[in-house]
Amino acid sequence: MSYQTKEKMKKVFLSIVILVLGFLFIAPLLWMIIASIKPETMIFKDMGFSAFFPKEVTFDNYMAILFSERVNFFHYMWNSILTVSLTVLFGLFVNSLCAYALVKLKFPFSNFILLVIIALYVVPFESMLIPLYIVVNSLGWINEYPALIVPFIASAFNIFLFRQFFMGFPKELEEAAMLDGASPWQTFWRVVVPNSKPVFATAAILTFVSQWSDFMWPLIVATDKKIQTVQVGIQYLFADRTIEYGQIMAALTLTTIPVILIFIFFQRYYVQGITSSGVKG
Amino acid sequence: MEVKTTVVPVSQKKPMTYEKQKRLLGVVFSLPALILLFTFLILPVILAFVYSFMNYNMLNPDGKVFTGLDNYIRLFQDSIFLTSLKNTLYFTILVVPIQCSVALGLALLVNKKVKVAGIGRVFFFSPVVTSMVVVAILWTFLYNVDSGIINNALNFFGIENQPFLLSADQAMNSIIFMSVWQAAGFQMMIFLAGLKDVPEELYEAAEMDGANVWQKFKHVTLPSISHVTGFVLIITTIQAFRLFIQPFVMTNGGPSDSTKTLVFMLYENGFQFRDVGYSSAIAVVFFVIVLVSSFILKKVLKQ
Repeated sequence: MSYQTKEKMKKVFLSIVILVLGFLFIAPLLWMIIASIKPETMIFKDMGFSAFFPKEVTFDNYMAILFSERVNFFHYMWNSILTVSLTVLFGLFVNSLCAYALVKLKFPFSNFILLVIIALYVVPFESMLIPLYIVVNSLGWINEYPALIVPFIASAFNIFLFRQFFMGFPKELEEAAMLDGASPWQTFWRVVVPNSKPVFATAAILTFVSQWSDFMWPLIVATDKKIQTVQVGIQYLFADRTIEYGQIMAALTLTTIPVILIFIFFQRYYVQGITSSGVKG
Repeated sequence: MEVKTTVVPVSQKKPMTYEKQKRLLGVVFSLPALILLFTFLILPVILAFVYSFMNYNMLNPDGKVFTGLDNYIRLFQDSIFLTSLKNTLYFTILVVPIQCSVALGLALLVNKKVKVAGIGRVFFFSPVVTSMVVVAILWTFLYNVDSGIINNALNFFGIENQPFLLSADQAMNSIIFMSVWQAAGFQMMIFLAGLKDVPEELYEAAEMDGANVWQKFKHVTLPSISHVTGFVLIITTIQAFRLFIQPFVMTNGGPSDSTKTLVFMLYENGFQFRDVGYSSAIAVVFFVIVLVSSFILKKVLKQ
């Protein structure tokens, strides 16, 4: 066998391995999406490969969970979108401003504060769960929207992310603005922010995805349906054994769609966010 | 309308220097984040330590008293705690090496110059996009003993139905398998970024020396990505210790406590039994375990 054919055989073999493994990784999700558009009676009847090829497609499951009085899944979706978006927006502003101040507008103890913030990043959320609940409770926020937003606006990780970016921000741009008589606020708002889009995108996406997926905190502070988010909503649907499987699959799919959209449209920043968290170690 | 014109002449008022103004603004700008961090992060951490030395139940908030080490003594005599600790360690010790090797293997696969590498990357990463709650609910169906598609596939190969989540022997392993599937794509991305930075010349040089695939992997790839590997190991370990959603959704800690973890127990004592003091002691022990093991891991990996 010549060198070329041997190389080609190798590539074909590799491609097959990737595709077979790839199918195994995506199969559960495919099954979820396909089950969500099947009539209830077919979900556990179709087995083996036929499970992946629906003979009949219906959107009844989606209609049933989104618009029925009893489930009203749209309500959970809305709560999640609202609280997560506000957390992201306030967070971007507060964290970037703080990082900028710590890096560029040095004041007494600013380096020490930065060190403390970085150290705080290692505290696992679960270890402060109960006291956080008590703090939020004393503010009267249990079952109120602020409970899902305010505690997560300031983020040690995001401040660190912004800090890394601002440290490499070209001095010339800032100095030019200052020579034009711009105040530090104007310099930040008109020069630094517009020129830092990648780090804002990365911070926004990482915050969105982690807040959207959060389960434990909403589980304990949102016992009332009024402010419950999708993750808690699907858990209740699942625990309520009277709900049909197809409808649960539809709810699972709906819960996943926003993150899939983010992945498709902002893949670069998403992956950058993951890897940038990786390089620092 | 009377206009006040008693403004102090500019020359008399001490002009604030630009530097001073900058410093003042620095404090103002960082204050919102610092206040929030203090209220919702630093204060709760301090409170967790304080409460862990107290007898404090949310149902009787006025009955708080300091009881010294009582909670900790009770903890290490509590057989459920020891079981939870054992289960958490079991999960971590298995999931970390398996998940990291799978992730590295996948990264090596999709780092090859073949046309389907891009599709592979998306497929391997797809479970990461799905939240853990969604994954846990979905796999509860897949693992179902009668109608689950996994048992259906096993039947196809002549293996009889397995109980999976219903058996104390298999439940934790089933959770491990699912967790690896869910998260390996995440670590794959980090490994991939590391592999991209390995200079091509190193491989060429190794090939000249007649190195085979395994030798190239062992002597070129692994040493070149060692810092990435270290980071991946540490974040995976911390993540593993936090195991909660899977047992909460899939098994409720059972069968017979076989999937009860530290965080599960912390949640149970805090929010079902409302025992703040005892739950805080678990939180502190959990915090120390996470901190100490990432510290040890860092030290070991440095060598």
